[in-house]
Amino acid sequence: MANTVGIVGYGSYIPRYRLKIEEIARANRADGKTIIKSLGVYEKSVPNYNEDAITIATEAARNAIEYAKISPNEIGAIYVGSESHPYAVKPSAATVGEAIGASPWFTAADLEFACKAGTAGIQACIGLVAAGIIKYGMSIGADTAQSKPGDALEYTASAGGAAYIIGSEEPIAVFEKNLTISYTTDTPDFWRRERSRYPEHGGRFTGSEAYFKHIINAAKRMMEVVGRKPEDYDYLVLHMPNCKFPLRASKILGFRLEKIQPSLEVVKNIGNTYSGSSLLGLARVLDDFAKPGDHILMVSYGSGAGSDAFSLEVTDAIEKKRGRTKKVDDYIRDKIYIDYVTYLNHIGVIIR
Amino acid sequence: MGFSPSREWREIAARYRLEASRCESCGRVYYPPRGLCSVCRRKSIGAMKTVNLPRRGKIVTYSVIHTAPLKAFEGRTPYVVAIVDLGGVKIQTLLTDCEPEDIKIGDEVEAVFRRIKEDGERGVIHYGTSFRPVRKVET
Repeated sequence: MANTVGIVGYGSYIPRYRLKIEEIARANRADGKTIIKSLGVYEKSVPNYNEDAITIATEAARNAIEYAKISPNEIGAIYVGSESHPYAVKPSAATVGEAIGASPWFTAADLEFACKAGTAGIQACIGLVAAGIIKYGMSIGADTAQSKPGDALEYTASAGGAAYIIGSEEPIAVFEKNLTISYTTDTPDFWRRERSRYPEHGGRFTGSEAYFKHIINAAKRMMEVVGRKPEDYDYLVLHMPNCKFPLRASKILGFRLEKIQPSLEVVKNIGNTYSGSSLLGLARVLDDFAKPGDHILMVSYGSGAGSDAFSLEVTDAIEKKRGRTKKVDDYIRDKIYIDYVTYLNHIGVIIR
Repeated sequence: MGFSPSREWREIAARYRLEASRCESCGRVYYPPRGLCSVCRRKSIGAMKTVNLPRRGKIVTYSVIHTAPLKAFEGRTPYVVAIVDLGGVKIQTLLTDCEPEDIKIGDEVEAVFRRIKEDGERGVIHYGTSFRPVRKVET
């Protein structure tokens, strides 16, 4: 009999610097108000020059441990999902594990699946915990998203991450039926070749054949398997490349607006954190909204392309653990605005 | 290669996790950690215990660096080096996420994991702990 598996703790991290979408538009001689209207994003988070996917993952991991109140050396697996791992060869997960005090008895690997590598790590942890191979597993989605100056991606590509500790003891939310569903196809909607600095994308091709097809199929199958309908869920969390896509997907799936609204505040205020996106959306729902007995449907999306779906039932333990660490909104509010030139310096385009 | 990867590697516990050593004989705390207490000497053999320093503290004093001593720090100027008091233990550290004009002695700071320096584009990236001002944000 497999163990019942759930989230025993989670933590977030968002860099302090912000760039307004209007400021990016000004640099590109575009109309900021039109862009904000079309994307539904107002500003994005920007990493400091000394931040990267490893430092973001470490801060999120520390918060997750504080929240779960477990000993770091009980963590048997650490996966870091990112498309901005600082090294091509040398694991981010080993540095994160060392920094949080989990070393040396844990397995570690870096994962990459565009924006969904963090949820792929959660799936691996579910399997290891359910089988009784490890007590706790940690999966982190963290990115300092790259975008070419002047490219459409620049308006939303941002930085941030979230870490989830998966286990069986005192979960704040359980994965219904210990299940997760994935939908994966070979779809060239967005990619970055080895040694290329910035990703390329298929423009409008990123829509119906990519984001919507994968999210909707994974969501529908998940609901079928656990026997739930949109009205049985209290919250919906989707990958948020902008505000418009998840809103439209939620409508297609038949969810009421207020169910997706709490997670959308993340993309509106900090942009698309890539591997951190759906995980930060879920973190905000768990921070202040989810109550014991609530049901949450989360579906990630990674270009290339695939979606991972999770159906969560919130438990009583959430009331006990809530507020032990910084929340997504604490990070959203703690901000310093910078101008476009300072931004270019932070992301290493201007090197002194 | 400018920095020795093995030298940096030996300092990981202190840099990543703020690990210090406490002499169980006199209670003095050393950061970076020492194998022996410089006051108790022989009495401290086998009595040095690993402890983690608090991750919040206060700025005791600071200096704004305009001319970087290492190539790895060029391009970051002006930056701030501070002495920070962590529960009675004073350590030297870099301050981050702030402008030099925004800070003053006595300000509360929190530890954050950051890139400290890198050995050019091909070399090892060295990580460690920097501190940043704790900001009061509107709710």
